[in-house]
Amino acid sequence: MGAGRLGAPMERHGRASAASATSASSAGEQAAGGPEGRRREPLRRRASSASVPAVGASAEGARRDRLGSYSGPTAVTRQRVESLRKKRPLFPWFGLDIGGTLVKLVYFEPKDITAEEEEEEVESLKSIRKYLTSNVAYGSTGIRDVHLELKDLTLCGRKGNLHFIRFPTHDMPAFIQMGRDKNFSSLHTVFCATGGGAYKFEQDFLTIGDLQLCKLDELDCLIKGILYIDSVGFNGRSQCYYFENPADSEKCQKLPFDLKNPYPLLLVNIGSGVSILAVYSKDNYKRVTGTSLGGGTFFGLCCLLTGCTTFEEALEMASRGDSTKVDKLVRDIYGGDYERFGLPGWAVASSFGNMMSKEKREAVSKEDLARATLITITNNIGSIARMCALNENINQVVFVGNFLRINTIAMRLLAYALDYWSKGQLKALFSEHEGYFGAVGALLELLKIP
Amino acid sequence: MSWPGTFKMAECGASGSGSSGDSLDKSITLPPDEIFRNLENAKRFAIDIGGSLTKLAYYSTVQHKVAKVRSFDHSGKDTECDHEPPYEISVQEEITARLHFIKFENTYIEACLDFIKDHLVNTETKVIQATGGGAYKFKDLIEEKLQLKVDKEDVMTCLIKGCNFVLKNIPHEAFVYQKDADPEFRFQTNHPHIFPYLLVNIGSGVSIVKVETEDRFEWVGGSSIGGGTFWGLGALLTKTKKFDELLQLASRGQHSNVDMLVRDVYGGAHQTLGLSGNLIASSFGKSATADQEFSKEDMAKSLLHMISNDIGQLACLHARLHSLDRVYFGGFFIRGHPVTMRTITYSINFFSKFDLLEMDRLERPLVSLPLLLDPPSYVPDTVDLTDDALARKYWLTCFEEALDGVVKRAVASQPDSADAAERAEKFRQKYWNKLQTLRQQPFAYGTLTVRSLLDTREHCLNEFNFPDPYSKVKQRENGVALRCFPRVVRSLDALGWEERQLALVKGLLAGNVFDWGAKAVSDVLESDPHFGFEEAKRKLQERPWLVDSYSKWLQRLKGPPHKCALIFADNSGIDIILGVFPFVRELLLRGTEVILACNSGPALNDVTHSESLIVAERIAGMDPVVHSALQEERLLLVQTGSSSPCLDLSRLDKGLAALVRERGADLVVIEGMGRAVHTNYHAALRCESLKLAVVKNAWLAERLGGRLFSVIFKYEVPAE
Repeated sequence: MGAGRLGAPMERHGRASAASATSASSAGEQAAGGPEGRRREPLRRRASSASVPAVGASAEGARRDRLGSYSGPTAVTRQRVESLRKKRPLFPWFGLDIGGTLVKLVYFEPKDITAEEEEEEVESLKSIRKYLTSNVAYGSTGIRDVHLELKDLTLCGRKGNLHFIRFPTHDMPAFIQMGRDKNFSSLHTVFCATGGGAYKFEQDFLTIGDLQLCKLDELDCLIKGILYIDSVGFNGRSQCYYFENPADSEKCQKLPFDLKNPYPLLLVNIGSGVSILAVYSKDNYKRVTGTSLGGGTFFGLCCLLTGCTTFEEALEMASRGDSTKVDKLVRDIYGGDYERFGLPGWAVASSFGNMMSKEKREAVSKEDLARATLITITNNIGSIARMCALNENINQVVFVGNFLRINTIAMRLLAYALDYWSKGQLKALFSEHEGYFGAVGALLELLKIP
Repeated sequence: MSWPGTFKMAECGASGSGSSGDSLDKSITLPPDEIFRNLENAKRFAIDIGGSLTKLAYYSTVQHKVAKVRSFDHSGKDTECDHEPPYEISVQEEITARLHFIKFENTYIEACLDFIKDHLVNTETKVIQATGGGAYKFKDLIEEKLQLKVDKEDVMTCLIKGCNFVLKNIPHEAFVYQKDADPEFRFQTNHPHIFPYLLVNIGSGVSIVKVETEDRFEWVGGSSIGGGTFWGLGALLTKTKKFDELLQLASRGQHSNVDMLVRDVYGGAHQTLGLSGNLIASSFGKSATADQEFSKEDMAKSLLHMISNDIGQLACLHARLHSLDRVYFGGFFIRGHPVTMRTITYSINFFSKFDLLEMDRLERPLVSLPLLLDPPSYVPDTVDLTDDALARKYWLTCFEEALDGVVKRAVASQPDSADAAERAEKFRQKYWNKLQTLRQQPFAYGTLTVRSLLDTREHCLNEFNFPDPYSKVKQRENGVALRCFPRVVRSLDALGWEERQLALVKGLLAGNVFDWGAKAVSDVLESDPHFGFEEAKRKLQERPWLVDSYSKWLQRLKGPPHKCALIFADNSGIDIILGVFPFVRELLLRGTEVILACNSGPALNDVTHSESLIVAERIAGMDPVVHSALQEERLLLVQTGSSSPCLDLSRLDKGLAALVRERGADLVVIEGMGRAVHTNYHAALRCESLKLAVVKNAWLAERLGGRLFSVIFKYEVPAE
């Protein structure tokens, strides 16, 4: 079995990498793995060009070629952007990322509204602005992450604040209904949306809300969003950070990281599933692989094993549990380290391995199980990310996605595992706006910001 | 665990738990005396105690019945008595070495050790080789129970040694699985060039090892998500405690009820995007939403998918990192389970075959025929029945229909045995069940070919102590044919050269009609053997034959003699004595040396090496040409190393291969349906070859474009 063979099924799917942020493992075979990652083209070029290279073209040579051919289209784009800036889109400015579990919405609230504008502002627009900015919760499930709000941002010549809102994907129908009730369609705005849900709910937006979605590629949006957010910082603080002494609760410190040399970069987006991208420049990146063992797996398994109902609850339980009661460690088998292979005794030999025994099953708590689930999923992501970094010869790895939200355990574990197994060669980086980059990218597309 | 049979091991388990206070759920159900076969004579032990399972191998001697032939003492006897058999047959108990493999859960280790201790009658063994993490943990227990010194071996060193051994020696040990290919499995024939490869050993966890040479390897990575995760997490999720039951649950489940698929995220749009909607976006992603109930089956399936995909992906990443294109998966998690296999897309070690496997004749290594044109690409079998549904259906039916006859023959071969009928019935059941399994799962036992069907039947017969059901038949036929030999040779010698060559070839072919299947023929033989032989010649298709390169062969014979001919003989009786030997005699007279290769052990009515020795001796007594050739070692009788009605040229006795090299064989003659049609029909050799057979099966004849008793005469000269 060649590594190439493994990847083959994926390549045949044509635009398969659009499965991206939610990752993709095939039902029947491992398709997400392997070197199938293909070079990505920026959306515009891909959409307009019939000469899209064969999807299988992942060879080094192919990448170089395309890199070289870039200057033309980019220049053209820039001109177009210049002209478009004068005709910036009407408010409201939204960016939407509809994932498998969560919908991420970014909303730009203009703060430089003139009295004249205020007067002209139609009622529906005003009501949206007030509704979104004066609340921190919407319905029973929608939440505005106030702490993430980016203040005094200049976008397309307008000053304002950027708001970050999320709600579960299963409430999407209610959201569309709200759009209908608040008469969004009368605003003649364009809804830029990315994520699988942009496709899934497109028809509902149209028929129920009378709204036309502008569907955007989610990996393009993701990259764009990350680069943009990193460039604007976090209200004067650094967007990017890392952990020092991640294994030591006493000494562990979260420290800012200056991503001034971002490339090459391995980007690990942990949503319901996981996508891993190798980013070489703003326009040049490829999806390396993905795994279906992601945040959805952690939460799904936790629900089944502990009966918890929210992600927060799952994490809270995990924080109180002890995974070593559930997992079989190297020392449980070898009595200590397995020196021949340099395996430390504390390493997990078999996740949930102790649960083969009835007595041990009866002796564990729900908290222990939640912790073990978290450790299992996180370690696995770390391990795959590390392999990808080695294969791609990249040493900075940025982990993003909503799995990491309020999930210090996972972040510290990723940081530690990457450092330990790479003997200090790899650095795990994180970003404050974790899961919102796709939505930000969608907003930037709306504003035609390159 | 798919132990054959449905025994319960409750008694064993009850006494086994307790000491550690940590019992695993039962999954093995077989009473120890069925598991530990031939234990009393166990010579060497090796034990591998993993995180959840203990794997035990022991080398022991086994007694089983073998049919022996022994020549009567003919010195002082010049005249033949017409009704005296040419040699005597005795069924003897033979002691051979066998390697046994056993697997049980760690919980039972104490009980199993007790059992071993009680049943270990006579062993000189003082040491037990132990490996695996558990070797450290259970060392004292083993030493105390068995009074053997525990010699700890490194687990990975053992794993690699074992893996190298089976990859090299067990055919179809490894195979490639590709989901949408037809067939889904491709089995690899084993050859010595196995390095470098990546070994992914899936036990409780996963170890990934890069193997570069016989003893150079390196642990390159691993994963904690392995068989133990499937078992442990599966037990939590489904309340199902047995590993096997979890696998069964999984095989009935629908993972799409639990997993979030791409189509769940994208809606119907995945089609227009060219995405496969069946890709898993998030394992267990659906169980995160509502407080919905999920079926055990669906969860087990989802879990299996999750773990298998994950392992496959890691293996792939490692293979890429180390630029290896061969990855072998092994370990108990694989176990030949179809769902696992479908999920991993892999080439793996078919360890499931080893659950209760016993390997004989380890002391005689089998090697490739030096004359094969391209040993790595050689595939013995002409038709892969996993590939060819029509042929598979036909042959399975054919073997089913023939089963009654085989059972009768087996019973008749042991008239003095009280339990022959009972054993024959057990044989019938076992073989029948295998055939039924193959109807459902053609890949169940590795690759499926006519050869594997024939070989499996021989193995089953042996297992129930029918070592040679045809021994009496062969004895009688050999006797009859020997009496005809002088007459046949005289009439051949009376012919002119060119006429004689054709008559010799026809004789070879006619002899080949005398498969025991052709029942009518044997009746005729009894009354007038010579007439029977002539009758058979008349039955043959007239020239031009179905495949006919006789003219080319004749032309060749007009040229210089071959240096040495290697002949693979087929049937006992008429075939070997009146067909092959006159042909051999002619070659000898031309100045060609002859190596006559016969099976090491019995199969159908094929002539065995020991029978061929007696036959040759008797012919030498009648014929000075054969006599002097034997004395001067211009005629050599060797064994093939096989007990199959077919022929695998990549697995021959070492002695044969050495002799072929030493004598510079430049002609290979392969005779009979099993050896020249079912196998080797397309085999390419580096020297001249002659493949001849009479197609004695109407269906096959039709498939080849001919009729019953069509003749295959395929003379090939390799391209310069």
